[in-house]
Amino acid sequence: MSDQATLEVRNLQTHFFTKAGVVKAVDDVSFSVGKGKILGLVGESGSGKTVTGFSILGLVDEPGRVVGGEILYRGENLVGASQERMRQLRGNNIAMIFQDPMMTLNPVLRIDTQMIEAIKAHQKVSDDEARQRCRDALGQVGIPAPEERLKSYPHQFSGGMRQRVAIAIALLNKPELIVADEPTTALDVTIQGQILYEVQKLCAETGTAMIWITHDLSVVAGLADEVAVMYAGRVVESGEVDGVLDAPQHPYTAGLIGSVPSRNARGKRLQQIPGMTPSLLNLPVGCAFKTRCSYSTPVCETAPVLSEVAGGRQVRCHHPLATEAV
Amino acid sequence: MTVFVIRRLMQAALVVLIMSLLVFGGVFLVGDPVEMLVADDADQAEREAIIKSMGLDLPFYIQYLRFIGNALQGDMGNSFVFQESAMHLIAERMPATFELAFAALFIAVVFGIPLGIYAGLNANSWISKTIMTTSILGFSLPTFWVGIMMILFFAVIMGWLPSSGRGETVDVFGIQLSLFTLDGLSHVCLPAVNLALFKLSMVIRLARAGTREVVHQDYIKFARAKGLSDTRIIGVHLFKNIMIPVVTVLGLEFGGLVAFSVVTETVFAWPGMGKLLIDSINFLDRPVIVAYLMFVVVLFVVINLIVDVLYSVLDPRVRLQEMKS
Amino acid sequence: MSAVQENADHGRAGHSQSAVEVETPFRRFVADYMENKIAVFGAISVFVVVLIALFGPLIAPTDPYDLASVTFMDNKLEPGEQMGNGVTAVLGTDGLGRDMVSAMIYGLRISLGVGIGSGIIALLIGVTFGLCAAYFGGKVDTVIMRIVDIQLSFPAILVALVLLATLGKGIDKIIIALVVVQWAYYARTVRGSALVERRREYIEAATCLGLSKRRVIFRHMLPNCLPPLIVVATMQVAHAISLEATLSFLGLGLPVTEPSLGLLIANGFEYIMSGLYWISVYPGLALLFTIVTINLVGDRLRDVLNPRLQK
Repeated sequence: MSDQATLEVRNLQTHFFTKAGVVKAVDDVSFSVGKGKILGLVGESGSGKTVTGFSILGLVDEPGRVVGGEILYRGENLVGASQERMRQLRGNNIAMIFQDPMMTLNPVLRIDTQMIEAIKAHQKVSDDEARQRCRDALGQVGIPAPEERLKSYPHQFSGGMRQRVAIAIALLNKPELIVADEPTTALDVTIQGQILYEVQKLCAETGTAMIWITHDLSVVAGLADEVAVMYAGRVVESGEVDGVLDAPQHPYTAGLIGSVPSRNARGKRLQQIPGMTPSLLNLPVGCAFKTRCSYSTPVCETAPVLSEVAGGRQVRCHHPLATEAV
Repeated sequence: MTVFVIRRLMQAALVVLIMSLLVFGGVFLVGDPVEMLVADDADQAEREAIIKSMGLDLPFYIQYLRFIGNALQGDMGNSFVFQESAMHLIAERMPATFELAFAALFIAVVFGIPLGIYAGLNANSWISKTIMTTSILGFSLPTFWVGIMMILFFAVIMGWLPSSGRGETVDVFGIQLSLFTLDGLSHVCLPAVNLALFKLSMVIRLARAGTREVVHQDYIKFARAKGLSDTRIIGVHLFKNIMIPVVTVLGLEFGGLVAFSVVTETVFAWPGMGKLLIDSINFLDRPVIVAYLMFVVVLFVVINLIVDVLYSVLDPRVRLQEMKS
Repeated sequence: MSAVQENADHGRAGHSQSAVEVETPFRRFVADYMENKIAVFGAISVFVVVLIALFGPLIAPTDPYDLASVTFMDNKLEPGEQMGNGVTAVLGTDGLGRDMVSAMIYGLRISLGVGIGSGIIALLIGVTFGLCAAYFGGKVDTVIMRIVDIQLSFPAILVALVLLATLGKGIDKIIIALVVVQWAYYARTVRGSALVERRREYIEAATCLGLSKRRVIFRHMLPNCLPPLIVVATMQVAHAISLEATLSFLGLGLPVTEPSLGLLIANGFEYIMSGLYWISVYPGLALLFTIVTINLVGDRLRDVLNPRLQK
């Protein structure tokens, strides 16, 4: 049991069948996350990281569909699981936190309604007990006067408070896995810091595994144990967070790191990745990054595969960079 | 909140006053009621006496002020035709009209919301397309013609339902209602459906549009991520949100139902206020016309007020704004 | 594809085949409209209906209002029976012995005439007030729009009923009533789109050029407000026809000497209980066909002319 990952995703493919053609939003994504660990899933917007998150919870909407691969939750394959089984897992074993806290809570329902229903969807408990658990969860995420706050409506909260409520709802049933989709992007930096700290503490205390989806490498650096970098629907590099960030081997990862402004490089020109993210409708043949990559050679016309280079480190590139600090 | 209510009430009073001037002024111009009332062989003196007794010789503004004074005391004058208080005539026929309007509203809501939600959730199924096409017809077909066709089919050809009148009524708290007898129900069926068709189409469209908008909101996805059942998501999270526009529009449209019952009541010979209005217009029975119109104006204003309050109950965000203002 | 891109693409296409066909906004509009077959059917139907109305007296088998030729002997003939003058009454005759086909064609003339006539007058009045409200703003705007709001808060049928009760019967009276009912819709529509246009640079530019107010309003603002106006006008004509029929049915619209489709239906209503369905049903179907086809056209116009819906 101990070496079994809480979640293992193998070669996941989620495609959207639109009128304009098949959008391969997620095309061959693999990673795993263990008990109490935090995996950072990094990528630009449109790289497929959010769709990956929704695929895990079985929340991909029409015209999207998981068309291949496996999502193993404690060994159980969730691809092709029944609607009812997915409903049982959602919010109970696997919870999700969304990006925009202003939009995730139903504006016309009180907080207590939205919290208690999340408990009662999975367990038969008395109203009093459910209420007590809601209070506890709100306290856990640092919301003062939980009893009063339970009777409020979402619009009476600030953005940061709403996100705490959303996190509290995710925690209600003590899930073993939380998928957090850029939960701090819309918040102030100070509030982001507080929430990151609390989340980290919670994972360590409760052994909850977490997938933290973000485009912000600095968040990943401070929070995650492992990182998987996505580009155009594929994982291009993954491994221990320190190893990947200190010595990126995929040119795209290196580019991402280079475009983060840092204090050490003050005064120097920021690096940037030339060109634009390709349209998922019309990906280049072979390596999807080749059109923006300074290392590309004719061999990049064939698609590289994700291969292990050393100790859990995987790279999808024909020309991995030498292991040296950037 | 109190300030808000008071301000609304004052606005409402102003609208009623302006409308009373318009209605009275407009009806003041209607034909010559004396012609209708005086016997053909009456001499000049008799005519003068009648004109004087009805105050028709006074200048317009005096007649208007008199009318306002009496109206404030609940007296809208006597019907020229029935020699009876106009208010009383209307009050007598009001239950029939309201019964019809509520029955129609009930049909529109009970069928319209589920159909609209269904069409919103399954936009591409052929059932949804059929629902939407039919609702376009509901908008464009003239009510009276549909009513005639309903009579032709259900009453004349099939003989299933009666085509006119109100049927047996039961006394409920002093009000005659036909909804509680089988005979009454069979009579109310056709007119209620006829009156409901337009609103039904509207409710379907509103519910569908609302559903399509709400269903893509993050909070619905979040509700699914919590593992809620579809029943709860549709029945609580979606329903409560789409009800805001539906209640607003339906509330405002209740007055429209009462107004449109003029047509339905005429087609189905339903003894309500609308039929009274048409008869009064044909007889140039000024006090009844004025009383009916003022009644409808007040009804509209009251409905607007109620809808505002209901709206703030349904949508907590509005409640907050109002408390601030 | 964004609108800009699409325009660019069209520009290129137009350039390469400019000898064959120049892409004008009108051609593009027609091409867009044609994509929906039901809407094309609607447009053709409306065209045919208008033709029938225009050339009614030439088409109609008999003149239903020529007292010399209509005889009571022909009353309530069933569809297909022959009338006294040898003409076959394809859709039967009414209670006075008039051929239904002829009566319907004449009725259609009145219905369409009243609907379109009142629509045009209401459009002119509504557009003028709406543009003034938008252009001058301030008090003018407040007063005009308050009147519009109050009027629109009451159902059209009620306003028309009151007016007709006041004015009496007659084609001119019903046109007045329909104009009063409709102008507010036009005013609101035009003001809405004119307010958007007013903030555009080209209006400012025209004002800076020193053009007269009237020129700015009617030559620069109005053409840009046309698309929503066309849609509203189409729908309003259908609405006016339906409303006129309803009012005539209630006995408040037209005098018996000038029966529109609505009045024909009303006349037939008294016979419907005795099973003489054709006197009421056929004029009803004609009315229905007219209204529904106009609405089909209006619906499609809304889709085609609404820039937000264009992909």
